[in-house]
Amino acid sequence: MDSTAVTQTGTEGKNWGGGNQPLKASYGKLMMWFFITSDALTFSGFLAAYGFTRFKFIEEWPIADEVFNHFPFLHGVDAPMYYVALMTFILIFSSVTMVLAVDAGHKMQKSKVTFYMALTILGGAVFLGSQAWEWKNFIQGEYGAVETKSGKILQFVDNDGKRVAIQDFTSQHESYREQHKNNKGAWYIGESSLPEYHIDDVKKAFKDNDNLLVRTMQLNEHKEKTVLSREESIKYLDERGTDLIFGANLKRNEYGAPLFGGYFFFITGFHGFHVFSGVVLLLIVFFNVLIGTYEKRGHYEMVEKVGLYWHFVDLVWVFVFTFFYLV
Amino acid sequence: MAQDVAHHEGATKRIWSVFVILSILTIVEVVLGILRLDILVFTEVVSMSLQNWIFIILTILKAYYITWAFMHMEHESAGLRRTVVWTGVFLICYLVAILLIEGDYIHDVYSTEFVTWDF
Repeated sequence: MDSTAVTQTGTEGKNWGGGNQPLKASYGKLMMWFFITSDALTFSGFLAAYGFTRFKFIEEWPIADEVFNHFPFLHGVDAPMYYVALMTFILIFSSVTMVLAVDAGHKMQKSKVTFYMALTILGGAVFLGSQAWEWKNFIQGEYGAVETKSGKILQFVDNDGKRVAIQDFTSQHESYREQHKNNKGAWYIGESSLPEYHIDDVKKAFKDNDNLLVRTMQLNEHKEKTVLSREESIKYLDERGTDLIFGANLKRNEYGAPLFGGYFFFITGFHGFHVFSGVVLLLIVFFNVLIGTYEKRGHYEMVEKVGLYWHFVDLVWVFVFTFFYLV
Repeated sequence: MAQDVAHHEGATKRIWSVFVILSILTIVEVVLGILRLDILVFTEVVSMSLQNWIFIILTILKAYYITWAFMHMEHESAGLRRTVVWTGVFLICYLVAILLIEGDYIHDVYSTEFVTWDF
């Protein structure tokens, strides 16, 4: 039985009726390959732009190991990369189960296809959850930072070079102003809450605490961030500090170059969206397998096509992993 | 699909062996990333550290295995393979070369001209 409702033209089997397949692949598979090619170029455009910005700010780019160092249930433990490595394994393994499903499809083993596709969907869902958790940590931040007049970032360390959170040495701000409410602002623009900490308090607390030093964005010859001397620290903070940053958003972040946050959100978000749509496509095909659509059709090519997409998502993650977390 | 039937016995074996290869490559990457050996991090090869070159080469190797084994590129016709791979490889090399050279140039401008960006 023909699977798709195409009007028969009577030219099937002839060259212009699609009879000749120079690439020896079905129409659907071919189009999936072409889509993947164009999508690969999109992703390389993003990653190349990331590389451009990174080369531009090569001496002050954040160190990935310091930014992504969380692991579930290990609070305050410095665990750089372990979690993304785990995510990478989850995605690679879901790729393996996917290709096993494709393989079982070739042999027309419905129950095996069902089982392996279920595992693949599970892997995709776990990966998405992990990414959400990763975003949460990134957005929340841990130590906070001071923004300077020129938009650079100053962070705090103690005499041993260990990072110190602003919240730990500054007391909460006693507000000397009222919260800006919607009903009072022009065009109904207000603020959700009063800021908890104030740059003036940070400057004062810093002066009172001899154990604190300022760390700039600049990488030194050991490829570590430069820590200033005590006198320089006080001078830097006093003259340059204008505002506080906690966590990350699309405009700025406490980790370093503002574009670092932007690229992180955009590239991992775009990839995460691909994973999400992959899971949706897998679910659709999964239910079609369950109700026996492909059994009736006589072949499991749809599993193969969605498999191609799924492997591509894995492929992109391999590159994102390298360029965001390793290099 | 005739070509697939012939591959069936070896296919599952191939999948698992590729999984092992990908896992080993990833583990090597993670271990190198955690150890950060001085000899790799501070050796510069063509304006990038040896460490980064190793990461990139291992990544391309992983991409090769995923495309060839998992996406069955090794079983596709040469025409399809070239259409997809050469297009991507050529355009990506071009794009990356131009953008990275340009980014490096802007970095030079920032660091050598008479205006400070850090105040």
